[in-house]
Amino acid sequence: MMKDECRMTNAMFARLRRVRVILHSAFILLLFSACRQGMYNQAKQKPLSQSDFFSDGASARPLPLHTISRESASTDALIGATNPDGTLVTKPPVPLTKELLYRGKERFEIYCAVCHDRTGSGNGMIVQRGFPHPPAFTETRLRNAPIGHFYDVITNGYGAMYPYAARVEPRDRWAIAAYIRALQLSRSGTINDVPTDQRAELESQVQ
Amino acid sequence: MPQIFSRRANTIARLSIILIVLFFIALGWLGYAGFWSSYTTMVNVPLTQPVPFSHKHHVTDDGIDCRYCHTGVENARFAGVPPTETCMTCHSQIFRDAPMLEPVRASLRENVPIRWNRVNDLPDFVYFDHSIHVQKGIGCSTCHGPVDQMPLTWKGESLYMKWCLDCHRAPQNFVRENSDVFNMRWHAPSDQKVRGAQLLIAHHIETEHLTDCSTCHR
Ligand code: HEC
Ligand code: HEC
Ligand code: HEC
Ligand code: HEC
Ligand code: HEC
Ligand code: HEC
Repeated sequence: MMKDECRMTNAMFARLRRVRVILHSAFILLLFSACRQGMYNQAKQKPLSQSDFFSDGASARPLPLHTISRESASTDALIGATNPDGTLVTKPPVPLTKELLYRGKERFEIYCAVCHDRTGSGNGMIVQRGFPHPPAFTETRLRNAPIGHFYDVITNGYGAMYPYAARVEPRDRWAIAAYIRALQLSRSGTINDVPTDQRAELESQVQ
Repeated sequence: MPQIFSRRANTIARLSIILIVLFFIALGWLGYAGFWSSYTTMVNVPLTQPVPFSHKHHVTDDGIDCRYCHTGVENARFAGVPPTETCMTCHSQIFRDAPMLEPVRASLRENVPIRWNRVNDLPDFVYFDHSIHVQKGIGCSTCHGPVDQMPLTWKGESLYMKWCLDCHRAPQNFVRENSDVFNMRWHAPSDQKVRGAQLLIAHHIETEHLTDCSTCHR
């Protein structure tokens, strides 16, 4: 009798074991399927991802009032278009090199030329579509303006023009300001301003 | 003994074996085609957006540079989608009352960012960085297609692992001059093999570890 019962339970165990294997593999498969989705969209915030936690629905936080980021502290010396006495800076705090001017040209053509035109005339494509006409950089007032004025306009905006401080970092603002000076000079340049050994090349390009 | 199977049975047996094989081949092909079809990859499928933003108008017709809006693309992992203020640098004056732009104005008014639908979205277990690709001469159009022609943005490539590896194994087939990175009309010149090899050296591109798993899964 006892023996029989034992055999019964053994058979039951065997069957149970088989069921358990099936259940386990199903469970492991289930785990995998859950993992896939979980790993595709993990519970972490990436730039610009949304969040239910904050009322504006974004995970990124704006800077608290009256604070600056650590990175911008390292460019402190470049920030500010005014001298301590409140007058506008007349000499940029970065060395004026050919590279700086080329950098300024590149950045000007990305951020400014859509309105100011690549020559600075103010006839850019967006102006042709109805944006208010900016003054040409060759105006006497702007020719005589200290270079700090251009830095200031980029940083804080001017009239209908929005500030570009969020997109153009301080060094690049000086580069653009320097390039605007170059544009102003180029508009009133004559062939006599060109070194004699480069005139022939320039004239061949005009024809 | 009488025959159990008729003579035709042999043919039927052979035929069904062939049919079963064909069935599995077709199944495999269907799976493969489905995996690469635009139904799965979403390639070339324009997404609807809260504002019908057109790259074609802004880039081709108005001549706005990618970096005017996607500021981070040269220096950061993330190209970035422009904040509402960027739209307002122009739309504070032009199209200022257009009903189409109401979500943009509402976003500025209520200080709540616009929720754009992601077009390109890698799984979170993949690491990607724009700046290294852009600085080493891989152009936007290689990975995103002709964005300047898109009235609504669509995905240019599958972004599958195979696709990344096709380039990481042989970047010389795709690399261009730095001045052409933002050129949306660039096509590989006929002497790309020679030029690509030179550019690999000029841009210091090391192919040795580009296919290591840990390059993209870290
Ligand atoms: C969306 C069009 C637009 C863009 C882009 C733009 N500006 Fe302007 N800018 C204007 C308009 C319009 C004015 C005239 C503003 C006014 O008088 O109300 C102006 C004025 C100026 C002035 C003259 C200020 C004065 O004293 O009269 C300068 C300098 C200037 N912008 C520089 C820049 C620079 C540098 C950039 C690029 C970083 C730039 N702008 C980008 C539209 C633009
Ligand atoms: C006037 C601003 C603006 C300019 C200029 C611009 N974009 Fe965009 N871009 C956007 C906005 C807004 C979105 C989000 C809406 C969408 O996906 O269409 C976007 C989305 C994208 C996306 C898809 C993002 C995603 O969800 O995966 C890509 C890729 C892209 N832009 C590439 C480019 C390229 C390349 C250029 C230059 C040829 C460019 N953009 C110029 C504003 C701009
Ligand atoms: C540098 C200026 C500029 C910026 C920045 C800009 N737009 Fe525009 N936008 C335009 C101009 C110009 C038009 C008129 C387009 C045309 O007719 O060529 C326009 C038209 C539009 C239209 C009307 C439909 C169309 O495509 O013609 C929508 C919608 C629009 N913009 C959305 C946006 C959004 C959203 C942003 C911010 C991501 C944005 N724009 C940023 C200049 C700009
Ligand atoms: C090597 C391929 C590659 C190149 C080159 C490339 N992108 Fe991307 N881009 C991607 C991938 C992959 C994503 C999706 C990233 C993610 O989901 O994390 C993406 C996403 C984006 C987005 C959405 C926001 C983000 O950063 O995730 C924008 C906008 C964008 N790219 C613009 C550009 C522009 C503009 C250029 C050219 C300067 C460019 N991309 C060059 C592969 C590329
Ligand atoms: C068209 C060519 C191309 C495509 C497509 C491409 N890459 Fe790259 N990738 C490169 C090149 C070139 C480099 C730079 C290698 C170097 O600096 O030596 C690079 C570098 C990288 C790096 C940095 C490696 C390091 O050493 O830090 C990562 C990460 C990366 N790619 C991820 C991806 C992912 C993920 C995809 C697909 C979504 C992708 N790439 C698609 C060409 C490409
Ligand atoms: C050039 C970048 C890159 C490299 C190198 C790379 N991967 Fe991937 N891998 C990806 C991308 C992108 C995906 C996401 C594809 C998708 O969207 O499903 C991915 C997905 C995967 C997945 C998940 C597949 C799925 O659909 O669930 C596995 C597993 C994987 N990779 C393993 C590896 C291994 C192992 C290696 C090394 C031999 C490797 N990867 C090297 C870019 C890379």
